[in-house]
Amino acid sequence: MINDSFSNRQYVIRIFIAVLLAIFVIQLFNLQLIKDYGEQADSNALLRRTIYAPRGLIYDRNGVLLVYNQPTYDILITMHELRAMAKNNTPLDTLELCQTLSITKAEFDKRIKEVKNRIGYSPRVPQRFITQLSPAEYAVLQEKLHRFPGFTIQGRTLRNYTYPVAGHALGSIGEVSRRMIEKDSYYKQGDYAGVSGFEKSYEVALRGQNGVEILLRDVAGRIQGRYKKGEFDKAAVAGDNLTVTLDVQLQILAEELLQGKKGSVVAIEPSTGEILAMASNPTWNPGILVGRERSHNYSVLLNDPTKPLLNRATQGTYSPGSTFKTLQALVCQQEGGITPETLFACNGPASSPIRCTHHHGSPVNLVSAIEQSCNPYFWNAYRATLERGGYGDRNANFKANYERWRNDMMSFGLGPKFKDSDIPDQVNGSIPSIKTYDTWYGPRGWRAITIRSNSIGQGEVQVTPLQLANAIAVIANEGYYITPHLHKCDSMLQHKHNSLIDKKYFPVVKEGMWRVCEFGTGKWYKLDSISMCGKTGTVDNSHGRPHSLFVGFAPKDNPKIAIAVVIETSGFGATWANPIASVLIEQYLTGQVKRPELVDRLKTSSTDPDVKKY
Amino acid sequence: MSRNISIKSSIDWPIVFLYLALVFLGWLNVYGASFDYDQTSIFDFSYRSGKQFVWIICAIGLAGIILLIDSRFFQSFSTLFYVMMILLLIVTAVVAPDVKGSRSWLILGPLSIQPAEFSKFVTALALAKAMSRYGFKLNSFKNYLLTGLIIALPALIIIMQKETGSALVYAAFLLVLYREGMPGLIPLIGFCCVVLFIIVIRFSDVPFAGVEAASMGLVIAFILMLLVVLLFLFFYKSDRETPKYLSLGYLSVFTLATLIHLTGWIPVNFLYVSLFSIGASVIYLCVNAIRFRLRHYWLIALFLIGFTGYCYSAEYIFERILEPHQQMRIKVVLGMENDPRGVGYNVNQAKIAIGSGGFFGKGFLNGTQTKLKYVPEQDTDFIFCTVGEEFGFVGSVVLLMLYMFFLFRLIRMAERQREPFARIYGYSVVGIFFFHIAINIGMVIGLAPVIGIPLPFFSYGGSSLWSFTFLLFIFLRLDISQTARVH
Repeated sequence: MINDSFSNRQYVIRIFIAVLLAIFVIQLFNLQLIKDYGEQADSNALLRRTIYAPRGLIYDRNGVLLVYNQPTYDILITMHELRAMAKNNTPLDTLELCQTLSITKAEFDKRIKEVKNRIGYSPRVPQRFITQLSPAEYAVLQEKLHRFPGFTIQGRTLRNYTYPVAGHALGSIGEVSRRMIEKDSYYKQGDYAGVSGFEKSYEVALRGQNGVEILLRDVAGRIQGRYKKGEFDKAAVAGDNLTVTLDVQLQILAEELLQGKKGSVVAIEPSTGEILAMASNPTWNPGILVGRERSHNYSVLLNDPTKPLLNRATQGTYSPGSTFKTLQALVCQQEGGITPETLFACNGPASSPIRCTHHHGSPVNLVSAIEQSCNPYFWNAYRATLERGGYGDRNANFKANYERWRNDMMSFGLGPKFKDSDIPDQVNGSIPSIKTYDTWYGPRGWRAITIRSNSIGQGEVQVTPLQLANAIAVIANEGYYITPHLHKCDSMLQHKHNSLIDKKYFPVVKEGMWRVCEFGTGKWYKLDSISMCGKTGTVDNSHGRPHSLFVGFAPKDNPKIAIAVVIETSGFGATWANPIASVLIEQYLTGQVKRPELVDRLKTSSTDPDVKKY
Repeated sequence: MSRNISIKSSIDWPIVFLYLALVFLGWLNVYGASFDYDQTSIFDFSYRSGKQFVWIICAIGLAGIILLIDSRFFQSFSTLFYVMMILLLIVTAVVAPDVKGSRSWLILGPLSIQPAEFSKFVTALALAKAMSRYGFKLNSFKNYLLTGLIIALPALIIIMQKETGSALVYAAFLLVLYREGMPGLIPLIGFCCVVLFIIVIRFSDVPFAGVEAASMGLVIAFILMLLVVLLFLFFYKSDRETPKYLSLGYLSVFTLATLIHLTGWIPVNFLYVSLFSIGASVIYLCVNAIRFRLRHYWLIALFLIGFTGYCYSAEYIFERILEPHQQMRIKVVLGMENDPRGVGYNVNQAKIAIGSGGFFGKGFLNGTQTKLKYVPEQDTDFIFCTVGEEFGFVGSVVLLMLYMFFLFRLIRMAERQREPFARIYGYSVVGIFFFHIAINIGMVIGLAPVIGIPLPFFSYGGSSLWSFTFLLFIFLRLDISQTARVH
């Protein structure tokens, strides 16, 4: 060929091309098969929008709707779009937006700053800007929304309450804490969850399952449709509707009766362990711990010196006082310290070592002792029980007797809190252990006389009103209790606990309690139509007037309700706790109260001027 | 024999099929890249895939017309074309409106064309004509000047149009010059220049062995130069003695320096150590050159001196001559800067798009990154992203293979030309296509700095498609006359 001596160079050129393309293949291999860009690509293009599941509704035991959902609207802000608008010389009309939302410019700037400082903040992801607008506020904004690109609305639901009661029992919903998010990956910042009461105990059932829709988002942040036509979207599953064991009419009345007083009421259906009413005063209207007012109201409640947030029914511990005598009567019989026929002398106020606060004949038998609330009788019965068979070598026999007494008492559900219950925020009561007394007095330094106050419920024995009501349910049931609970369902009925007391010892105690309400300390509020059994208690209180207690159940045969009422620093058991219990029992058993003057007096009288109504 | 029969029987069908396949695949990917969720048809003319369809039909028509023109026409009028093209480029540079900082688009009513696209094949024709003159050889300064002028003139005007990327394409003609006899040393030196430049810039801020004054870039560059000299002497000049002494010398100097450094007596500046080695080598080579009267040793010594100077000036060139955005692009490629929101944005998003494609890709029209416009220029310069994302590793490699077959076929065709004009033109075609493919894909997968040039037959746009079609089919026309003559 003419003028061509460099033909071989074609191979150099071919090799050069092949080598370069091979390098490209290696780089493609590296990019597409070694490194993982999938996540980055998804975080670019996919917007996961949560579809909030409607929270389950809550009904009372009679099917009355107690808690339901109301719509609310969050305003979301996408910073990227705001910036893009500013770039296009069409910046946001901040002033108009502020007017529409009725916030100040300074507040607006503060919120923007707060949004940007959030953990996990991304300018392309819509961030909550203002939360929980009411439907009315939303209506105003919606008309103008198209003028504020970068702002979108997300519908949520808030709780609403048919009746302003049962704040403690039902609990409330709040924004999830960081700890909750760490513990349960279901939650994301800004989500709501039950933070107290029933809402907390049944959070998982009530919340349902949030859904997600995966949207395609273009580089400008605009939504361009569904990813794979919604193939990977997940619909929201609504939360379960649950029924609580409360009788809302009883609950309303209980809270009304407690007005102006510090105290609590627990009513249990003995045969099922279902809580019929659980009230603690001071309390609040659960509706005020919802929405944008929540945090303000919460801090008001938190700082009130009367501690409205404390659920006195489950978190207040008290000496049971004379109400304890009913349980004492059972244990002392069981352990052979007394029989119903046993008589003990009473010297009235002159009795020693414990004086009697009542005037009655002497000697007394068990039924009369309960009826008259005779302190010396129960001291003697307690001593007879603990000293049965003597003290023994190094007090061994005495301690064994004490241990049996303690176990019997704990079999009423006293001592530690109910671990198998769904009632949140319980605290432990106390039936002191041998170890405690050994530590205090030395292994051989204590005897029956040392711990004599226990005999009349004034010593180291501490109970919560819930435990007290449950112990009374044991008497009503003549020997067992179902763990008290709030969720009305069959599974909770399986938690049956037998007491260590033989069934045969109960009738005499019931008889005594009936006589209390007929002829004894509780006779002033006896009901004509219902045979009521009860026991008053007046518990010495170093802070002022004694606590007023009453426990009881009704009717005497086949009891339907067991109740414990505690009114702090108010006076005799018969003065406050007894009438309240009486009215509540009447309400529950007959559906009405035929003593309007009594109800009015109880509702309007106050035992503590500091107690406020929220 | 009628002309039609001659075309049908003597046209190179493989290259035509490759052309049609690439154009068709390119069209599909333009559809994929510019796809809008509202778009219903690939033929919708309000979208780019519809418009590209029109450009393709026109291109095939133009190709047909080119095939009907007598091949001697291109040879005869190439000089005239070239002169007219230069004038058009100058006019464009003056009258063109500023489009995104570039003054390269002529707007004629509804049509806007980029003359720079068409100057490629015109330049190729002119170069082929100049180099195919009887007795032309790449051995005189005059001939180098002539070829250099033909190539550089349009490139310079295009740089004035602020289209640096298009101007760089003219470097592709080096391939032609190499094929036509330019000493192999020149591309080798060019290659060394690029490699040393990269090393010096990449490691300019890294101290060597903890000594601040010793730039690791320079030290590595110098050591590399010494190694090149050794290898060159050993393999190319088959000299056994000189490299032996030199390498022993280097070894002892560097070992001594390392030992001193390791004892921690004084921190050794290895820059001086390597400079000393270079100086000693130069002296040794010069002595040998005189002793044995070997001209090559002078040249090698000159190579060492020249490149030492070059390495020292590389940083200066980088910082003073290149514009800041160009510096940034190079730094991003070299991994010295990570700027995913600024200059590195395109490349980072391109890597995400391609990388997320995986082995088989997400499927046609299923790419999220390209559909949602995360990659800028995704239907023009960055269209390879769509291939990578939707067709995965398999699709990307298939496309690279298609391009390789295409280029190899062109080389084969060029080699079978009897006429130097056709061969030189053919190699110009190879060079231009190769340059576009290498730089474009290299840029998209992060191996080359961002230079805005299209991917042949894939990138959206009538100008580039037509220009590549002209470029290719003129060569096909020349090939037909050759084959027809042989038959």
